Amino acid sequence: MSVQPIIEVTQLTKRFDAVTAIDHLSFSVMPGEIFGLLGPNGAGKTTAIQLMLGLITPTSGTVCLFGLDIRKHRRAILQRVNFSSAYVALPTNLTAWENLYVFARLYGLRKPRRKITTLLELFEMPHIAHTVTGALSSGQLTRLHLCKAFLNDPEVLFLDEPTASLDPDIAAKVRQTLRQMQRERGITILYTSHNMREIESMCDRVIFLSRGSIVTQGTPQDVMTRAHTASLEDVFIRIARDGRLQDIAEAPEALKEPS
Amino acid sequence: MWLRVSALLLRYLFLYRRSKIRAGEILFWPVMNLILWGFVTAYFKRLVLPEAVVFLLGGLIFWDVLFRSQMAITLSLTEEIWVKNLLNIFLAPIRIVELLLATCLMGVIRAVANVIVLGGVAYLLYAFNLLTIGLALVPFLASLLLFGWALGMCTMALMIRFGQAAEALAWGVPFLVQPVSAVFYPVDVLPGWLQTIAYLLPSTYVFEGMRAVLQTGSIAVSMLLTALALNLVYLALGAAFFGWMLQQARERGYLSRLGMQ
Repeated sequence: MSVQPIIEVTQLTKRFDAVTAIDHLSFSVMPGEIFGLLGPNGAGKTTAIQLMLGLITPTSGTVCLFGLDIRKHRRAILQRVNFSSAYVALPTNLTAWENLYVFARLYGLRKPRRKITTLLELFEMPHIAHTVTGALSSGQLTRLHLCKAFLNDPEVLFLDEPTASLDPDIAAKVRQTLRQMQRERGITILYTSHNMREIESMCDRVIFLSRGSIVTQGTPQDVMTRAHTASLEDVFIRIARDGRLQDIAEAPEALKEPS
Repeated sequence: MWLRVSALLLRYLFLYRRSKIRAGEILFWPVMNLILWGFVTAYFKRLVLPEAVVFLLGGLIFWDVLFRSQMAITLSLTEEIWVKNLLNIFLAPIRIVELLLATCLMGVIRAVANVIVLGGVAYLLYAFNLLTIGLALVPFLASLLLFGWALGMCTMALMIRFGQAAEALAWGVPFLVQPVSAVFYPVDVLPGWLQTIAYLLPSTYVFEGMRAVLQTGSIAVSMLLTALALNLVYLALGAAFFGWMLQQARERGYLSRLGMQ
């Protein structure tokens, strides 16, 4: 029996008045994959994630998670997924423990003490449990957000630039923990980042968006091979500048590898 | 120096040009205060002073219940917007009715705490005993809580639709109904056309009922029932309006913008 996609996006379109933010987007993510949703600012990544989470209603097309339509089964789906974004915060005037306790209850955990303790230990920060969230460093905050994201043992995790604003050491630790969690629990991760080296090391497959449409997709290696380049960063820059992936022969001189 | 002053001046003027709500707010408070205290003065001209003090204190405490009830709902949303936690809440598997209920209960807690404190202070400083209202105190306060919830839902709906520009409404909306709710003066002080509007508000029946109890000791049950019926209508309208605005926000992407701005 073939494995069904855990996320299936079909002909998804979102228009805000005259602006088409997402244009007939179709892709699927298989269980256990780390899937990169990439593109320059304004490409439609955040809108796509918010459509997938039912925060925005699509103009047309469908999003299914676990085979369920997000428009009809949003609450059931949200119970099985979680989300963390560098642009969304937790209440700064609550302690780390209080924040996790509140969200654990929002996700239906009646006795979450052990779960919170385990997660704080996993992310190496049991000592900050009773520290006010506003007093935490960026690295601690990111890890606290990830603790929150793992509270309900999600089957799918949406991570919007999870390592933005982290120093390289903390970012590497976060990536290591995420990979470990993904291996141990078989979680599917939908990942956005502007750090292309991170994407190369983290993602099984990627899609690049520009103006709401897919420009290229595949494994990071496939994408680089098709673009005749040695890094995803080159692919990113070419898409950011041209809105499409032109052949390397047409690429601006500055982007070509020195001979 | 003038360059920097004018730059700052322009920055504030641009803000008002961008938001009609903020611009309207400049006039809103003075006008509302003028209307409110104008009616109070008119009432004082006709009244024996000791009675007026009792009514004023009762009015102040009762008004606070309505105000806190509405504020608890709207401030919950405002707080989530301020700390950028809104999306975490809306992406958790909670029903909208659960969100509304939680904020309404917060309103009950705040209102009860306020009644206890204000009632105590009024007794200690002015020898005004709120308990002289008797058993009617419970339905009176419950009625004000319900109306506060309805107003809170409407305010929250507007904030979701208009974003941070509408935050001033969190504080302003109760004061829109205050002059016509006959908080500090009887309804018959108002001009005829305003009396008609006043009787469409459940709060009017509560404040009129409170004065009647303090003055005569008798409870007008019909007033309580009318207030309850009106409250049910306003709650239904408030919930429907909130649901509609939330749907609009999902279609137009306001919710995500609000959560990340």
